[in-house]
Amino acid sequence: MAYPYRDDRETTTVLSRHMGEPEARTLSGWLERGGYEALGTALEMEPDEITEIVKESGLRGRGGAGFPTGMKWGFMPKENGRAHYLCCNADESEPGAFKDREIMRWTPHLMIEGCLIAARAIRAGHVYIYVRGEFFPVVRVLNQAVVEAYEAGYIGRSVLGSGWSCDITVHLGAGAYIAGEETGLMSSLMGGRAEPWMKPPFPAARGIFGAPTTVNNVETLASVPGIVANGSAWYRQWGSDESPGTKLWCCSGHLVKPGNYELELGVPLSEIIYDVCGGAPDGKRVRAVIPGGSSTPFLTADELDCETTYEGMQAAGSSLGTASPIVMDESTCLLSAMRRIAQFYAHESCGQCVQCREGTEWIAKILRRIEDGDGEMKDIDTLYDLCEQLTGRTICVLADSVVFPLRSSLDKFRDEYESHIQQDACTAT
Amino acid sequence: MSRRIHPSVAGAQPFQLAERDPEAPLFESAEGQERLQAVLSRYPTKQAALLPLLGYANELHGWVSKQDMESIAERLDLTPAYVWSVASFYTMYNKHPIGRHFIQVCTNISCHLNGAQRVLKRFLEETGTRPGETSEDGRYTVIEAECLGACGFATAVQINDEYHENVTPERVSQILAGLDGNGS
Ligand SMILES: Cc1cc2nc3c(=O)[nH]c(=O)nc-3n(C[C@H](O)[C@H](O)[C@H](O)COP(=O)(O)O)c2cc1C
Ligand code: SF4
Ligand code: FES
Repeated sequence: MAYPYRDDRETTTVLSRHMGEPEARTLSGWLERGGYEALGTALEMEPDEITEIVKESGLRGRGGAGFPTGMKWGFMPKENGRAHYLCCNADESEPGAFKDREIMRWTPHLMIEGCLIAARAIRAGHVYIYVRGEFFPVVRVLNQAVVEAYEAGYIGRSVLGSGWSCDITVHLGAGAYIAGEETGLMSSLMGGRAEPWMKPPFPAARGIFGAPTTVNNVETLASVPGIVANGSAWYRQWGSDESPGTKLWCCSGHLVKPGNYELELGVPLSEIIYDVCGGAPDGKRVRAVIPGGSSTPFLTADELDCETTYEGMQAAGSSLGTASPIVMDESTCLLSAMRRIAQFYAHESCGQCVQCREGTEWIAKILRRIEDGDGEMKDIDTLYDLCEQLTGRTICVLADSVVFPLRSSLDKFRDEYESHIQQDACTAT
Repeated sequence: MSRRIHPSVAGAQPFQLAERDPEAPLFESAEGQERLQAVLSRYPTKQAALLPLLGYANELHGWVSKQDMESIAERLDLTPAYVWSVASFYTMYNKHPIGRHFIQVCTNISCHLNGAQRVLKRFLEETGTRPGETSEDGRYTVIEAECLGACGFATAVQINDEYHENVTPERVSQILAGLDGNGS
C-alpha cells in the first residue's frame, strides 16, 4: 500500500517525515535530507553533555514502559576503558505494535544515527541491533544501510575521523516474544534461551557479557538525533511537561484508516480514533479499545476522551504502552478477542515461573471453554483469582501483561462473560 | 558467486527461503567457513554466535537437523544438548523439513478482528493441507502465526521471507499462483 499513512499536521512529523521516500534509505539520500549532521554535533560533545540534553528533553522510552531515557543513560558507569554495550531493541512483537518496523524499513539511517549518538553518550564501543526474526524484508533494508554506513566511515574505527570508534552488529531473533523483554533479549543475544532474569543486577551494572549495558527501543533511539541537533527546548514544543515530544501511533483493528501516524503526545484518544483514523468502518459504533498494545487495559467507548500522555492514559485507567490502539467495533465478541489475546501470552510464556506458565494456560483454557458454551459462573471468580496470582509475583511482567486486559474486560464487560456462560450467546450486535 | 557478506550483518541474513539445499555442507565449504568466521568476529564469546549459526543452517537447509546442531555445537565448544535446548526455544528454527512455501497466517488480535481465521481456512483448503502438515507435492506448509508486527495491514501473512498484507480470503488463490511460475 502507498504511503504516507499520516495526518496532515506538518508540525508533528519528526520521526516520519521521510517515510515513504525510497531514496531516504540510501546513504546519499539520507545525507541530502540532513542525515548524520547530529552525529557530527555529538562527536564534538562530551558523552555526559549528550546525556544531559536528552535528560532535559524529557524523552521517555518508547518500548512500552516510558522510562526517562537520559536518566537510564546516566546509570551507566562514567569511567572509560571498560567495555560497555548498547542493545537496540528491535524485537517489536507486542500485538498491535508496528512502528519500529516502519522506522527501520523507511529510515534505517535515522536509527543508526541514534544508535551511534547513544553509544557515544553511554561510552559503548559496540551496538547490537536485535531485530525480531520475522522481519526479513526489514532486515534486508537495515543491513544494506549498516554496510553503506560502514563503508563510508560513519560506523567502525574512528567514526568520521574523530578518533572515537563504534561497531554495529545486526542480530536476528527467531520467534520469541519474550526476547523483547530487556533481560530476555540479553539472554538471547548471548546465545541462550530468551529467559528473563531477576533484577538486580540491572543492565547498567551487569548486562551482556558481564558488562554495563543499556537497552533502548528503536523509536527511542530514532528520536535522539533530532534532540541533539535542535536542542531539548525544540523537543519540548510538543507534548506535556511529563510526556514531551511526538509519538508514532500504530492504529489497528476496526478502523476506516488504520496505519501509522506521528502525533504530538497528548492529542485526545478519541481524536486519534475518530478524526485521524476515521472511526469504525461501515458506520458501526466503537465498542472497546485497547489503547497501548495488547498488554494494556481495555477502555470502553465512553472512556476515549483521555489525553494521550503517559500520565493522561494512566489517569484514564489504562496506559500509553506502545501507543498501539486496537479498536473493536460493536460487532466484536469481546470474549473471543480476550481469548485470542490470552492464547498469545500462554504461547509466549518462557516457562520459568510456575504462576505464569500454568496461569496463562489456565486463563486461555477457561476462556476457550466459555467461548465454546461450556462455561460456569464460577469461572468468572476463577479468572479474577488468577489475575491476583499473576500480578507482581514473577520474574518479568509478561504475567502481569495478560492481567491488564483480562481484569479490565471482566470489570467493564462482565455482561459479555455472563451472557456467554448463561445463554451461550454474545452481547455483540 | 555471491557478494561477500559484511561481517556486521553476517549473522542477520534472512533464513527462511524458497531456495534451499538440504544436502549442502554447513561449514565444510568456503562460504560456510566465511560465514562462521564473520559471525564469530562480532561477539566476545563463541556462544553468542549460536543463534546466527542456527539461522544459517535454517537458511541453507530449510530446517535445522540434529547433525546441524551437532556441528554447530562442535564449532562453538557447546554440548549438542545445550544447542538443542536453545534451538527448541525458538519457533523459527524448523525442527523438521517443511514445504517449499512456508505460509504463516497471523491470527493474533488485530488480524483476528479482520477475519484472519477465514484467511487461514482458505489457505488450508487451497493447499489441501492441515495446519503444520506439508502438502504431498512438498510445496506448501501452512501454519497459524502470532503477531507479525503488521497489525494495521490485517490480515498479515508471511510466506518464506516475504510479507503479504491486507490479505482477504478472495486474494488467497492469486497469492498462491504468484509464488512460483507454475502455481496451482
Ligand atoms: C514481555 C515483554 C515484551 C517486551 N517487548 C518489547 C519489544 O518488543 N520491544 C521493545 O522495545 N521493548 C519491549 N519490552 C520493553 C523492554 O523490556 C524495555 O523496557 C525496553 O526495550 C527499553 O527501551 P526504552 O527505555 O527505550 O523504552 C518488552 C517488555 C516485556 C515485559
Ligand atoms: S513471568 Fe512468564 S515470561 Fe516472564 S520470566 Fe516468568 S515465566 Fe518467563
Ligand atoms: S495482529 Fe496480525 S500482524 Fe499483529
